[in-house]
Amino acid sequence: MTGDEKHEWAAASTIDVLWVLYDRVLNVTPATVDDPDRDRFLLSKGHGPMAYYAVLAEKGFISESTLDDWTSWDSPLGQHPDRVLVNGVEISSGSLGHGLPIAVGTALGQRIAKSTGRTFVLVGDGELDEGSNHEAIAVAARLNVANLTAIVIDNQNSMHGWPGGIASRFAVEGWQTAEIDGRDHEAIFTALTAPHDRPYAVVAKIEKSS
Amino acid sequence: MTTMREAFITTVNEELENDPRIAVVTAVISASNFPRDRERVVDVGIREQTMVGVAGGLALAGLRPVVHSYAPFLVERPYEQIKLDIGHQDVGAVFVSIGASYDDPVWGRTHQSPGDVALFDTLPGWTVHVPGHADEVTPLLRQALKDDNRVYVRLSLHENAQAYPVGEGFTALRHGKRGVVLAVGPMLDRVLKAVDAENADLTVLYAATVRPFDSDGLRRAVEETDHADVLVVEPYLEGTSAHLVSEALQQIPHRVRYVGVKRHAELRNYGTAEDHDAAHDLDVVGLGSAVRSFFRG
Repeated sequence: MTGDEKHEWAAASTIDVLWVLYDRVLNVTPATVDDPDRDRFLLSKGHGPMAYYAVLAEKGFISESTLDDWTSWDSPLGQHPDRVLVNGVEISSGSLGHGLPIAVGTALGQRIAKSTGRTFVLVGDGELDEGSNHEAIAVAARLNVANLTAIVIDNQNSMHGWPGGIASRFAVEGWQTAEIDGRDHEAIFTALTAPHDRPYAVVAKIEKSS
Repeated sequence: MTTMREAFITTVNEELENDPRIAVVTAVISASNFPRDRERVVDVGIREQTMVGVAGGLALAGLRPVVHSYAPFLVERPYEQIKLDIGHQDVGAVFVSIGASYDDPVWGRTHQSPGDVALFDTLPGWTVHVPGHADEVTPLLRQALKDDNRVYVRLSLHENAQAYPVGEGFTALRHGKRGVVLAVGPMLDRVLKAVDAENADLTVLYAATVRPFDSDGLRRAVEETDHADVLVVEPYLEGTSAHLVSEALQQIPHRVRYVGVKRHAELRNYGTAEDHDAAHDLDVVGLGSAVRSFFRG
């Protein structure tokens, strides 16, 4: 497994949230990947998708053997996931700042269809540097896209940081927010299943090992 | 007279009523022309990146988004969103722009988009319509709204005097032996005038749809002339279709000249669209000169 440090850390930082999501929160299985009423999970931070692929394999969306030769020519698994190639992957990602705006669109689409499906999108704190996220944070609140949950993995990766904390950036726009320890499975589960009647941001803090 | 933009708004509003798949995503521009009380009409404010991202998400959820703004803000500013949030997600959408290359040049360079079609040419799978008349907009758009593919519709304030049938490749409007002129969208009337003024014996092909490019139609027209000489007149960057003309004629020794918005410099001039046409040799005089010099002998 190769890749720069940031990519490897991206996988390590997301594993706990991804596991709790797929194990206990998301209403989606390999049998319902095309069900319009499924929950949709969008990995915006497409960097370091090893944890994502591992969870998808464990839950039966992809066969475990596909992990062995990932990133090879005819492997469906790349350093950034491609929804056309990988069963269960909702969006192709890798370029930062795309997932949250798309998630506003899928959540609106679910609402238009009067679906029970919800949208969860995972972004990184460094990724929040991209201005497109801040367009989407404002729009999601103003359109009251209540079936949208953004999970921010905060491993203090942002170059210039977020004075006042990441949660306040969402809260000032009218999102409901929660801050949790991104390694604590019970805390993750509780936060991700908490009721909300407006868009909801869960900031999952990850202590970076030095 | 109905403008292209009015035809677009009327058609989309009708289809919004008829087809529950249709959604409209805007970034303020033209937003007041669509029913705001409808959930399928989304205005995101002045946020073009999110406009395209939201459209991608709506398409992923099974809707058919119509995305609309002034050309530079629809195509150039959120170009990466078009590449990734639409194309790379393997979804479709209907992008409709106004403003064209320089519909209203008093606004300057920021509101000019001569490179839009060239940008779409960097991305696979886009159909590109460049209608020359408001009455061509409606049938092209109705078909686009029914389909699932990726479509760009480039509207302009500048129109030909009459509409021609659309949707079936290039249309031969006159037949000659000295060569072929391909006129795209709003360029047609002045091409016809220039050809008349020069008394030139030319086939004139009209294209309201440029992608997919009607290679067979061009090749057929060339084969029916005595000289494989082709003049291509496009209302956006000159030579935008060069790669496709070249491919269409690769088995035929040929000459070709491309006319369009010049690439060599940014014109820091305001004035009227007619002033800019003249500066780019896209007026009747300039096109007449191109016809005369290229089809000599």
